Amino acid sequence: MTLTDLGLLGQPLLAVLAFAAAVAVTDQRRSAVAGTLNAALGLAIALTGIGALLGQPGTLTLGSPIPGIGLLSLAPDRLGGIFLIVVGLVGALSAWFGVGYAHGASATRAAWAAYPIFVWGMAIVPGAGDAVTFLLGWELMALGSTVLLLSEHASRPQVRSAVLWYAAMTHLSFVLLLAGFAVLVGHAGGASWAAIAAQPPTGASASLAFALLAGGFATKAGLVPVHVWLPRAHPEAPSHVSAPMSAAMVKLGVYGLLLLCTRLLPEGPHWWGIGLLLLGGASAVYGILQASVTSDLKRLLAYSTTENLGLMVTGLAVAMLLRTAGQRAVADVALVAVILLVVSHAAFKTVLFLGAGSILHATGERDLDRLGGLARLMPRTATATSIAALAAAALPISSGFVAEWVLLQSLVHGDTRGPGADRVIAIALPITVSLVALTAGLALLTFVKVVGIAFLARARSESAGAAHESPATMTVPLLVGAGLVVALGLVPGWVASGAAYAVGASGVEQVGLGGVALPAVTALLDPVALVLMAVALAVPVAVVTARAARRAPRRTVDLPWGCGGVRVDPMMQYTATSYAEPLVRVFDDALQPTRDLDVTHTTESRYLVRAVAFRQRMVDQVERGLYQPVLGVLEAVGDVGRRAQNGSIQRYLGFSFTALVVVLLVVTW
Amino acid sequence: MTALALAWQVLVAVALTPLLIGVMRQLRARLEGRAGAGVGQPWRDARKLLAKEPLAADGAGPLMAAAPLVLVVSSLVSVALVPLLGIATLAWVPDDLFVVVSVLLVGTVALALLGLESGTAFGGMGSSRHMMIAALVEPTVLVAVYALSVPVGTTALSAILQARMTDPATVVSPVSLLALVALTIVVLAETGRLPVDNPATHLELTMVHEAMVLESSGRDLGWLELGSWLRLTALLGLVVNLALPWGVAADLGVIATLVATVAFAAKLFLAGAIIAAAEVFLAKVRLFRVPELLAGSFVLAFLSVTASYLIV
Repeated sequence: MTLTDLGLLGQPLLAVLAFAAAVAVTDQRRSAVAGTLNAALGLAIALTGIGALLGQPGTLTLGSPIPGIGLLSLAPDRLGGIFLIVVGLVGALSAWFGVGYAHGASATRAAWAAYPIFVWGMAIVPGAGDAVTFLLGWELMALGSTVLLLSEHASRPQVRSAVLWYAAMTHLSFVLLLAGFAVLVGHAGGASWAAIAAQPPTGASASLAFALLAGGFATKAGLVPVHVWLPRAHPEAPSHVSAPMSAAMVKLGVYGLLLLCTRLLPEGPHWWGIGLLLLGGASAVYGILQASVTSDLKRLLAYSTTENLGLMVTGLAVAMLLRTAGQRAVADVALVAVILLVVSHAAFKTVLFLGAGSILHATGERDLDRLGGLARLMPRTATATSIAALAAAALPISSGFVAEWVLLQSLVHGDTRGPGADRVIAIALPITVSLVALTAGLALLTFVKVVGIAFLARARSESAGAAHESPATMTVPLLVGAGLVVALGLVPGWVASGAAYAVGASGVEQVGLGGVALPAVTALLDPVALVLMAVALAVPVAVVTARAARRAPRRTVDLPWGCGGVRVDPMMQYTATSYAEPLVRVFDDALQPTRDLDVTHTTESRYLVRAVAFRQRMVDQVERGLYQPVLGVLEAVGDVGRRAQNGSIQRYLGFSFTALVVVLLVVTW
Repeated sequence: MTALALAWQVLVAVALTPLLIGVMRQLRARLEGRAGAGVGQPWRDARKLLAKEPLAADGAGPLMAAAPLVLVVSSLVSVALVPLLGIATLAWVPDDLFVVVSVLLVGTVALALLGLESGTAFGGMGSSRHMMIAALVEPTVLVAVYALSVPVGTTALSAILQARMTDPATVVSPVSLLALVALTIVVLAETGRLPVDNPATHLELTMVHEAMVLESSGRDLGWLELGSWLRLTALLGLVVNLALPWGVAADLGVIATLVATVAFAAKLFLAGAIIAAAEVFLAKVRLFRVPELLAGSFVLAFLSVTASYLIV
């Protein structure tokens, strides 16, 4: 029995146990027991993933629910293994955090019972060996997350609208996938991945299947323009649910795309890659632009998820284009970059969402404009969240930096010169580099804003001033997650090798102290050596500082400079909104904010101002342009339906009679 | 041996940097008809500031003391990574241009966080503007890096420089010229020079860099000044070496290194003098015109990439 077999068996057992515990245990101890069992489930999933990544075979047959469609089976391959590790670790950390965090409405019987369904559903998707099992897992995951998302609906009305959006979009995704897989399975005559890959469709039916499946996966991955559920669902879910939703669940859309483009339909025309590139590039830039001007912390993180998923899809699209052009070595580097982005984003986004949860727990606020000064009151939360923010901004030494570095290296090494060069690549690559660079720049601003406004300076509201550090059950998972982010950034060699193994890429080597070398593009990155160099250069600076500090120690004064003024009110400080104001002006056309400025004058003179009120509202332009018209039509149709069904019995009898006549006409035709 | 050469490079850069600032200020003063404080004044300022006590506001966090150190170390690392004197690099820390850019960004972020930590309106204002400029500069930087890397097939600076030394004709190719002009605008924006930011301003409302360091004093301010000046040396040194690759040491010999040191000092001061002279005739552009300037530099960098396909 291999590790994979063992993990596959352990998962359903632990899931059932966690479900039973949620139902049976009393209110006081439910979070502790169910949270621990869910964390164990997550670890079992991660172990399965490690086994699968190491190439140990493992199969679990679940039986056949409907006769004639073959057996449902779980048989994770290496690519699935990486995603199982991601899902498992994210699930484990979030459930552990939930032990201390879940309370009240988010710790009810239904909420904790849905948690194992959600987590196990996420593990079935990358473990599935055939399309039917995949779709089953996909629906379990959707079901579990919808119940969890609903948990706080009684206290906040926004939750209901968020659930409606989420349910509609997730079912749109399911319908597209169902149709897409139907095309593939119908052609291959079997539902298993091996059967589909052995007999892929060609021509128009291949393109149809690709378009349907890519659309379905993009909806789950939250890419523009089907991202609208993300900024609604992530903020309204309890934080220990938003973390796995954002860090693991949306990643399964990327898994689906990778499965589709590398295994099921590896040979496709040029436009598949171009389509994905447009989707990915637009999502990256649009997502981070919205994030940079948003003040709601969890909404900001949701938009940043769209950005990161956009970067992953961009990498995948570039790999497809390069592969079509015959540049396999560089394409492999791009694929490795995709996996590194997946792993890195999972690590830092978990910490960021859990950190937002810790702040919410301590202050009751998730609006950055009302936070501030939390570094002193919540040092552990602040440390962990700041480290994750560094990674989100792709700064060294963090996981995000390594992933983005590999992505950029693959982008600049696509061969675009000479008469034989592919023209599409020659146009696509420089534009992609510019988009990735703009995304990186705006991400930097966004996460400086998050850290600077939430943790530094002075509290901007009473609730932020009265914050307290969260209990150890919450801060320890946060710090463990932050440790993972740093470890992934310091010794990326291991993960990069694992990623290369998962996508079957050659040309990734480990060098030095856990560094990563990419001989295909003659590049090398050894973060430990870079840190050692920085430490060596920091020594003289530290010596000078220490000597000077002995002679002239720091002196605390009430106001060191203050520009001749006095610190009247913490509201004199810059807020998140004012921090992003220059950016709103620069991107005015894309964002189209609505602003109201009311100036009231004193009665004595028009030249004296009594009060100024300023309001700014950001509306997602994609939503306004694309969804509002569709929703309008749907509502009109609903109105007609309501008028047709007014409850009068005569009318219903008339309907039945008409239906009967139509049926008879059709039958006798 | 390589480590020694790098240590020498850092030492030379640290010694020359205040002089570079002194030359630029003195030249500007003379051109404006003032006497000026002398070339050595920045050195004297730095020494004085480093010995003075820093003041901390009541309730200020450890970041007030840490950010200046982070800035100065990030600047030192980038000075060590960029091939200023020779093209020798450590085997495990290659002078990858993407890494250099990211290391400089660490300093940028440290400054921005410092501006917010002080909790004053001016600090936040400077920080917000600083990050907006940094965000918009990023596309130009990376596309210019791309353009420079296409002819040699790597983003390692030493390889790029080596190619220019062996074939100086590539320096005046359209690819190289466009990329250099784009990079020069980047250097001006990143180091807070005119027309993006006025380093000599006394009006808080127009400040970018100065607004962030308003609340720092003494030793903290000393490190902040030194760190920002070192950024100028690293970036300007990179551009002059790419534009004039002569005098850069090809080996680690003592004589070659000394020649390279003198040549580097001459090139650096020349470039500084040109910037200072140009600044006399330039006015600071309005903050919301800066994106237009940066968009212009981005177009140049992009043209440079497209040109690199046509000219092999």
